[in-house]
Amino acid sequence: MPSKPVPARSPNTPPTDWDRVAANPEFRDLMKAKVRFIVPATIFFVVYYFALPILVGYAPDFMSTPVVGVVNIAYLFALSQFFMAWTLAWLYMRAADRFDAMGKRILEHLAQSAETKKERD
Amino acid sequence: MSTPLVMFLVFIAITLGITWWAARRTAGASAYFAAGRRIKGWQNGIAVAGDYMSAASFLGIAGIIAFQGYDGFLYSVGWLVAYLTVLLIVAEPLRNAGKYTMADVLAYRLKPRPVRAMAALSTLTVSTFYMIAQMVGAGTLVALLLKGSGITYNRAVVMVGVLMVAYVVFGGMLATTWVQIVKAILLIGGAILLSILVMAHFGFSFPAFFDAIAHVKDGDKIVNFLNPGLRYKPPYGALDLISLGLALIFGTAGLPHILVRFYTVPDAKTARVSVVWAMAIIGGFYIMTTFLGFGAATILGKAFIASHGGTNMSAPLLAQALGGDILFAFISSIAFATILAVVAGLTISASTSFAHDFYDNVIHHGKVHNPQASVRVARVTAFVVGAVAIAIAIVLGPTFNVAFLVALAFAVAASANLPVILLSIFWRRFTTEGAVWGLASGLLSSLVLIVMSPSIMGVDAPTVAASARHLIQMRPIFPLENPGILSIPLGFLGALFGTLTSRVDPQAEAKFTELEVRANTGLGSEKAVAH
Repeated sequence: MPSKPVPARSPNTPPTDWDRVAANPEFRDLMKAKVRFIVPATIFFVVYYFALPILVGYAPDFMSTPVVGVVNIAYLFALSQFFMAWTLAWLYMRAADRFDAMGKRILEHLAQSAETKKERD
Repeated sequence: MSTPLVMFLVFIAITLGITWWAARRTAGASAYFAAGRRIKGWQNGIAVAGDYMSAASFLGIAGIIAFQGYDGFLYSVGWLVAYLTVLLIVAEPLRNAGKYTMADVLAYRLKPRPVRAMAALSTLTVSTFYMIAQMVGAGTLVALLLKGSGITYNRAVVMVGVLMVAYVVFGGMLATTWVQIVKAILLIGGAILLSILVMAHFGFSFPAFFDAIAHVKDGDKIVNFLNPGLRYKPPYGALDLISLGLALIFGTAGLPHILVRFYTVPDAKTARVSVVWAMAIIGGFYIMTTFLGFGAATILGKAFIASHGGTNMSAPLLAQALGGDILFAFISSIAFATILAVVAGLTISASTSFAHDFYDNVIHHGKVHNPQASVRVARVTAFVVGAVAIAIAIVLGPTFNVAFLVALAFAVAASANLPVILLSIFWRRFTTEGAVWGLASGLLSSLVLIVMSPSIMGVDAPTVAASARHLIQMRPIFPLENPGILSIPLGFLGALFGTLTSRVDPQAEAKFTELEVRANTGLGSEKAVAH
């Protein structure tokens, strides 16, 4: 069994744009930046969200504790989910603008290197 | 003719007018299926919101809250938070990698024919499930609206079906997008109006409103509707709530009719902007379900709603109590337009999937043939899917809450579609066998568990009316209403099993690099079409 995955193309064929972009350090940086935002954000919202049905399901008496007048923890926590979702969406929009700029730079560099290659030929 | 009927007909005339206008401007396959990829971000956001806010949101949630208080509000919460899954994980890669349907992303790396065949089957199932709920909502609504005119639940269901087919067959994606936009604006407007009227009823005093919610008369008892536990009771209530949460949070990102919306925009950035627009609109609407649902609970009461059309009629009945017949007709026509538009959206995604995935790629091996033929196949599929949904809605009858029915469609989508979408975007080793196993195990397990659940199985006392009886007179085998907690893991396990028992697919792995680059940079993605 070869330990490395079998290459899809024979070694003689030149690497495609895809391979070149994938190997590009700028692209690896983009991927790292995305993971750094998306993974913690996803874990956060999944935990925050599932705290609601779990608490409501297993600690209904605690959740029924009134906080403001008759309004209880259960209702306030449910309401807070809306603001959590909107805030996280807004934060992602800001982060994604940064990802877009990085992606655009990668594509520009790719186009440039293609041009210089053409001139050499 | 009565006022409700006149207003109703005017409204339908307006929406069909929009369809006709859009139909004149529609040409070519890309225009029919994806509106030429020229839809703007905010427009698409409103359309996504429109597709999402179905009979379940307007009629169903208001009804569940009116009957079971706080527990119903949890549907509202889950349905908004679900968009974070769409925004953070699915929308942009999908837009960059695909062309017309969800299966494009799977077929990008994997062997197209088996994957597309399974994906088309799953899309048809989810869409049909979703559509059944809309048909039930429409049927009860029209039967209530035109009470005394001889139009029964069954006839109303058939009526919606015919209108729906007209929409899709003549309009295509562009028409349904515009219909969604008009309807979403009307729906939001109607909800705001009703919320203001509810608050006016309580002298614009939040303490008075919440105090009334904490003291709802249910028979001769006083019940606090803000407290959890009115729907989800021990021993299985807590598990059922978590199961529902899983279905909602992970189902949205697997809904074919929402996913196809991301192909109508020019690029990934616009897809993202449209999700955020949708989240703003949907969230605003779902917060208002507090007023609609609790308003109906406090002002009308369960007994009154139950004897005047049932759980799904809470919002229209509330309108009647607060604003008389005219408001009743207005809110009812908004609800009807909502259903019509959602059904059209569902039909187009189901028919697109069948035409593009099954007809073009499975039968014709993806070779270029007459594109007019595939548009024709899509139109025929629209007829067939509509007919199946109509038939099942008539069998089920008008007693099911439509939000509950739609949550089952979410469970199927979360179990069958989401695992394979995620794994094909993020797992290099994922294979064709994995996708087929994942789709099949998620689809089958969710369907089987729904049939074995207390919604279908149960032993009724002989006194229970025929329309309210369980379809299978046996003790339920699966104790939860929603299958998500078991069927979603089974969907993932199926995909894992299928992948690990199959050979490493070097081509799929090489294509993974391509997909990764394309999904994250937009290199090579489908571009907008010029006029």
